[in-house]
Amino acid sequence: MQARGLVKRYGNRQALRGVDLGTDPGELVAITGPNGAGKTTLLSILAGVLEPDGGEVLAGEGEVGWVPQQAALYRRLTVAENLLLFARLEGHEDPRASTEEMLELSGLGERRGEIVARLSGGNQQRINIAIGLLSRPAVLLLDEPSVGLDPRQRARLWEFVSGLAARGTTVIFSTHDIQEAERYGGRLLVLADGEALFDGSPAALREDVRREAPVAADRDFETAFVAYLQHRGH
Amino acid sequence: MRWLLLKDLQILRRSPLQAALLVVYPILIAILVGLAISGGPSKPRVAFLNEVPADSRISVGGQQLPAASVGSRICSRVECVAVKDRAEALGKVESGDALAALVLPADLVDEINSLSSLSPGAPKVEVLVNESDPVKAQLVNERITTLLAQANLAIARRIAAEGGHYLKLLIDGGELPVLGQSIHILGLRATGQILSALEPALPPGPLREALGQVTSFAGEARENLDIAGPLIERLAQPIQVDKVAVGGASPPLETFAIAVAATLTLAFVAVLLVAGSLALEREENAFPRLTRGLISREGLLAEKVLLGVGVGLVVTMLMLAGLEIFVPLQWSRIGLWLAAILLGGAALAAAGAALGAAAREVRAVSLLAFMVTLPIAFLSLVPSGAIGGGIYDAIKIVTAIFPFKPALQAMTAALDSAGPGIAGPLAHLAVLTVAYSLLARLALRRFATI
Ligand SMILES: Nc1ncnc2c1ncn2[C@@H]1O[C@H](COP(=O)(O)OP(=O)(O)OP(=O)(O)O)[C@@H](O)[C@H]1O
Ligand SMILES: [Mg+2]
Repeated sequence: MQARGLVKRYGNRQALRGVDLGTDPGELVAITGPNGAGKTTLLSILAGVLEPDGGEVLAGEGEVGWVPQQAALYRRLTVAENLLLFARLEGHEDPRASTEEMLELSGLGERRGEIVARLSGGNQQRINIAIGLLSRPAVLLLDEPSVGLDPRQRARLWEFVSGLAARGTTVIFSTHDIQEAERYGGRLLVLADGEALFDGSPAALREDVRREAPVAADRDFETAFVAYLQHRGH
Repeated sequence: MRWLLLKDLQILRRSPLQAALLVVYPILIAILVGLAISGGPSKPRVAFLNEVPADSRISVGGQQLPAASVGSRICSRVECVAVKDRAEALGKVESGDALAALVLPADLVDEINSLSSLSPGAPKVEVLVNESDPVKAQLVNERITTLLAQANLAIARRIAAEGGHYLKLLIDGGELPVLGQSIHILGLRATGQILSALEPALPPGPLREALGQVTSFAGEARENLDIAGPLIERLAQPIQVDKVAVGGASPPLETFAIAVAATLTLAFVAVLLVAGSLALEREENAFPRLTRGLISREGLLAEKVLLGVGVGLVVTMLMLAGLEIFVPLQWSRIGLWLAAILLGGAALAAAGAALGAAAREVRAVSLLAFMVTLPIAFLSLVPSGAIGGGIYDAIKIVTAIFPFKPALQAMTAALDSAGPGIAGPLAHLAVLTVAYSLLARLALRRFATI
């Protein structure tokens, strides 16, 4: 997936000011940055649900899967009904089998018959992700997928996502959990105020911090990251 | 698309309030309308004292009516409470048990019969009214006054006919029954003929001249009386009502009421359901997910319109079937009903889609749909002539833009053959369906913001 010079304006507000992003198959890219940095905007443009005001997106072969930040599902349907509906809409040959697979993955098999509105926020997020995974995409876009998930479910999610990447799926995800970004993102894109401040490996970011604020560089990654942003006025 | 349709029906089933509203509301309307058109306003209770001997007969103009039929005629217009005497009648009126009392005195028939005799009397009836409830008292007053006016008219006609009969006798001659005997009346015509036959027999002179004057008087009198005959008849009802129906025959009131009930049902189901379910796609954030290749925006709109038409069809047909309990419907016209429901439903659903694309939350959209549909439905029921011309023209334009009125017209035409044709309203609905679909599609452009 290639994106060049992406610009997005909401009225007077510049949400993106010319962001570039190119990915290779099987790459795991973490997008991070402060609230309002433009992460959701960038992922939405990559997903094709938002038109950029400038720049272009070139998607390669295959589907682009998208898990929006706000759960996109029918809260008055049951867990299984939601999955079955989207499996059918995706045109799966055996939508029931896909539903079972996703129930297994999200660990919600026992609660399959429950109305989604009655599930906890974290469990709703699990279904949101499962629906995005249904399309078996070549590129998977995840907007803050781990928010609200318990540690066990988080581990399960990343295990699954890493597995996808290992089999060649490109995964681009946003997160505020900087440890997560370091651990799972083979590549880090730091956005602030609609600009890409950094694009490289977590280790390279630490190297930058070592030059600018040596004390923070050897602490945990979050401290290093905050120092990095502070040094750039964010 | 069918999976989305299935999903919307599942959601509808899971939303008890919405589903109940969609089913209970039309049934309620159906029952109300059914009761209204089968019951009519209740008849006022009137204490009725009939002192006229049961075997007496009203005879006017050579015709005879049993006096008893007068009583049954009155009691078909008001609810009669039979009373023994005047005191009981008065008591019933005073206590409020009856709104009024009507007393037909014993000599009423004799007095009526005397009207066409040579010594006419003055027939009288007595009405006692309790005016403590002004509205009902007025109702009773009007009913009784109308009844009496009708009776007076009938009697006057007979008297006029009787008068005409006497005149004819005077002109043409004939038999006049007097006290059981028949008297021969010569008549002016024969008199004139006899006199003019006599005229040549007389020698010219003052006598013959006088006879000539008498002959010409007989002729003039006959001619003038010829004119008097119709005049007397006209006296019975000086102003005649000549009713001409303009602007096509209007359907019977019952049919119109059923059409209103059916169209209201269809409108609420189609508009609310489609608007709400489209807004729900946004409220649940599902819209961007769906339109990213799972379904086109046009496909989604078509699905919503189909949903509105489908559910609207089922609920409206159920309501019509429910109305069948109260009034028989012409089920042979079901093809036309379906045409009216399908096209009306499509136009209303498209309007619902345009509304649904206008706001984000289901609640806001439902309120909006109510606020648009209800007033337009009421405006559509405003009859021409009820208000000023300018305002009526404005209402006509507003109601032509929203599909309710054409749907009502189509429904009315479909239910009854007496009304105007169905083709016009159906074409109108087809145009509105296309227009609102385009509007909804335009509104969906601005829909995708996250
Ligand atoms: N629909 C919108 N209308 C107007 N402004 C918007 C809209 N969506 C986003 N913005 C603005 O664009 C900027 C970027 O928003 P975006 O949601 O992409 O940020 P984010 O990095 O995802 O933030 P967060 O970490 O809070 O999710 C913000 O300043 C936001 O206020
Ligand atoms: Mg965001």
